[in-house]
Amino acid sequence: MTVDSSPTRAADAGSRRPAERAPTRPGSRGLTIAGVAYRTPYWVFTGAVAVVFLFPLVWTAVASVSPQAGTNQVTGWGFGNYTTLAHYQAGVWRYLANSAFVSLLTVALTLLISLLGGYAFARFRFPGRNILFLLTLAILMVPYATLLIPLYVLLNEVGLQNSLVGVALVLTMFQLPFSTFLMRISFEAVPRELDEAAKVDGCSSFTALWRVLVPAVKPGLITVGLFAFLAAWNDFMAPLILINDSERMTLPLAVSNLRGQVQGVVDYGATEAGVVVLALPCVVLFLLLQRHYVRGFMSGALKG
Amino acid sequence: MNVSAPARPPSAAVRGRARPSRRQALFGWIYATPTAVFVAALFVLPLLLVVKMSVSRWPLLTGDQGLNAPDNFTKAVDHRFFTDSVVFTVKYTVIATVLLLALGLGMALLVQESSRWNNLLRASFLVPSALGLASASLLFYVLYSPYASPLAPVVERLGITFLGSPNAALFSTVFLIVWRYAGFYMVLMLVGLQSIPADVFEAARSDGASRWQTFRSVTLPLLRPTLALTTVLCVTGSLLAFEQFYILTKGGPDNSTITVVQLIYMIAFQGQNDLGVAAALSVIVLAALVLINALQLRAFRSEEN
Repeated sequence: MTVDSSPTRAADAGSRRPAERAPTRPGSRGLTIAGVAYRTPYWVFTGAVAVVFLFPLVWTAVASVSPQAGTNQVTGWGFGNYTTLAHYQAGVWRYLANSAFVSLLTVALTLLISLLGGYAFARFRFPGRNILFLLTLAILMVPYATLLIPLYVLLNEVGLQNSLVGVALVLTMFQLPFSTFLMRISFEAVPRELDEAAKVDGCSSFTALWRVLVPAVKPGLITVGLFAFLAAWNDFMAPLILINDSERMTLPLAVSNLRGQVQGVVDYGATEAGVVVLALPCVVLFLLLQRHYVRGFMSGALKG
Repeated sequence: MNVSAPARPPSAAVRGRARPSRRQALFGWIYATPTAVFVAALFVLPLLLVVKMSVSRWPLLTGDQGLNAPDNFTKAVDHRFFTDSVVFTVKYTVIATVLLLALGLGMALLVQESSRWNNLLRASFLVPSALGLASASLLFYVLYSPYASPLAPVVERLGITFLGSPNAALFSTVFLIVWRYAGFYMVLMLVGLQSIPADVFEAARSDGASRWQTFRSVTLPLLRPTLALTTVLCVTGSLLAFEQFYILTKGGPDNSTITVVQLIYMIAFQGQNDLGVAAALSVIVLAALVLINALQLRAFRSEEN
């Protein structure tokens, strides 16, 4: 949670710098015996709260490989539940591939559009600039369901019914307010002198963007890509409404449908395995890119 | 940064007053075109279409059958689950918002100081927020089940179920939401706390204020912008709740946990298959949401004065 990267610096520049978080109580950090005794209740309490947050995740992972009646893993430990999952309808690989396709296409489109859009909003003055920016932010104000019903009709109209490309286009649109906003403040944090110098040296505005600015806004791009991936990978409602064909379902939809397939009896083991497969990439990305993840939340909060 | 900062405002002002050059406008539009296309085709157009659908007879399978205003709106309001779902959604929103904001702020105060232990705590509070709401709901679906849950023996002895009665289902879902979102609100609260200058606390302490007094008369008032933002976010998100109830409770028991968005989905795709009525209900929700958010922002602003 260190605040040190360029996009947030832009947001801070106008206001005050966030107060350095110094220990407020003298002696609270000292490792004297009295200090340890004073802090022990705090450690026990906060540790217990942390366990509450971690327990469901750990439990699911353990339970998915542990023996359990009514699942494919009745005795002993093993990956029986994952075998059930692998053979469910079109097979888990199919659904993983569908989810990966939707997620990667959404990430690519979101990155491209918000990079160009953020550049336009931060560096150029053109008629309609403010209206377009406000319209983009207005997407946040409109309920998901309100847009998905007409989108279902519209995508049918243009032959994108039941299509993973259609889902990716819709998910990209829902990512635009956050990503355009974040890329705009990322570009605004880069001193204008940098690209103006590049232009004096004979670069076109596009070369300046590609060669000089893209490296400068890279942290912003990582945050935008991470959030687009998490949103697309996890999205449930858009594929639920836009996809009817079980061959084209994404993973969250498939795991949700997996419950109660066999005469209404729920295979809890396979559901646990499905949750693990769904959660694993998200948790790994979170642990790897924690700083970028937190910055995404913060930039929104700073500008309100 | 230090060199450029003083130079920037005047130069920006000059650029703003000067006639924007044609070239600049042209390039601006070129770079903004993808955004404009997406916003126009996938946001503005559907928004116009949903308004048209709300005043047309529009069955799921046959499509547009011509205008019929205001039938869809009366049908939506007269729907047998309309009142129940509105009441339930509001009830859920109030409970979820109060709990999430209070816990988010509490957790932020708990881990505010930077230390290795606190960094670990922050990470563990935040991990669930990386999961999708659907995955989290599926996880708790198993965790709450009478067969697979590790809590099953305890629950059985106490004679309660997680999802068996309307109230139990509501609070079980609220617990899931708190687990999934508390870390997110903690981060927003931390940002707000950091933006309060340290010398204000310094002054309060030298005036002999107790911790509680400092919290009530220094921290809370200065945190108002953050509280406004988090309230608006949380109220909006809760009013539009769908996945948690669709997956976890399926609207039950006895249709007691149907939210408004779930009702829209039911009308459109489950049984009734009437997109026109669903569109009318969506328009009502949109209008209500805009109104509620405007009222909230106004309330926070007027308190400030």
